[in-house]
Amino acid sequence: MNSELPFLVELIVSAFILTGAGFAVIGALGLARMPDFYMRVHLPTAGTTLGVGCTLIASVIYFSFSLQTLSLHEFLISMFLFITAPVSSHMMAKVALHTGVRYVSHTQGRPWPSRTQRPSRDNSQILTEWPKRP
Amino acid sequence: MLRIAVIIAMLMFTVSVLLNLYRMVRGPDLADRILTLDSLYVNAIAMIILLGIFLGSTLFFEAAMLIAMMGFVGTVAVCKYLLRGNIIE
Amino acid sequence: MTDSTPPAAPARDPLWLRLLPHPLISLVILAAWLVLDGNLTPANVLLGAFLAWALPRMTRRFWRHPVHVRSWTGLVRFAIIVIWDIITANLQAVRLLLKSPQELKPAFFVIHLELTNPVAITVLANTITLTPGTVSADLSSRQERLLVHGLHVPDVEAAIAQIKARYEAPLKEIF
Repeated sequence: MNSELPFLVELIVSAFILTGAGFAVIGALGLARMPDFYMRVHLPTAGTTLGVGCTLIASVIYFSFSLQTLSLHEFLISMFLFITAPVSSHMMAKVALHTGVRYVSHTQGRPWPSRTQRPSRDNSQILTEWPKRP
Repeated sequence: MLRIAVIIAMLMFTVSVLLNLYRMVRGPDLADRILTLDSLYVNAIAMIILLGIFLGSTLFFEAAMLIAMMGFVGTVAVCKYLLRGNIIE
Repeated sequence: MTDSTPPAAPARDPLWLRLLPHPLISLVILAAWLVLDGNLTPANVLLGAFLAWALPRMTRRFWRHPVHVRSWTGLVRFAIIVIWDIITANLQAVRLLLKSPQELKPAFFVIHLELTNPVAITVLANTITLTPGTVSADLSSRQERLLVHGLHVPDVEAAIAQIKARYEAPLKEIF
């Protein structure tokens, strides 16, 4: 870590790093506190989008100043995360609906029955053997 | 100052990882464990980037990129397995 | 090779489109290659260009529907709206998280889609998930309804109307 960066740059980079870490902690705190899975699945998207996003912006600024060239690797990582984070969240919510994860009683509205399990498929026997939560 | 900020941020990410691990141990469903695994690899990416800033090295980006890709593929593979009982159909 | 495209298409498509069936994907691959490697030597650009040509061609059976953007300005405006919403919704989500979880009003609600293009539906579902506070949980088998879970939804009808007006209407014009 070289220390000849201008003070303002260091200030901005530090602010972005701490903001990102703060979002990550708040997201993880929510993950530990929320009562059911469907409420918890919202939180990693918050941690991913702004938490890692801010850290990556800080990294772009830091390396662009310390190496005197525009550093673009981080943009690739953040683009990748921004594209993949909603896909994995959607998949996990779908898995929860499929395996019958329960939701808190004051949830408004009801999900429709999962359609992923098709009786015509060969592997349906495997799926029906899985224990469902009481 | 940046050094101190990076160390504090590292500690905050460690707290976040510990909270994730608490949820992973608590469960109660398989879906929760997949969720925390997904969240843990995102935290790992951020911590690797911070380590890169701390050591002033750009060599860590490839590692972060690989974790991002492998983590996504892993999450989707596990989800796919739970949904269909099969990964590659 | 031609089984996935309609029979009239090869006669109508210009030559460059036959050589480069998915120009957008090729462009993204080239840009990602150059950014990942980080140098702009001619050999590297040539290798990137080769990959950008070869990869969409090798995976062409996978890309049944070519992505067709009708309005680029609309796409840019939509991206700005989404980024702004991500930031504001994150701050709102943080405020919600600091309260007690018992005060939150979670909800499942169903959005009846007006979009028919699969790409547009994908972008809509991803947008809904990417803005904190809402997660798209399932798409009905005939791709006409989207199941969404909201973390704190005091008024379900208003939430549906907001998603339809803010995200679905621009997407209908873009794709």
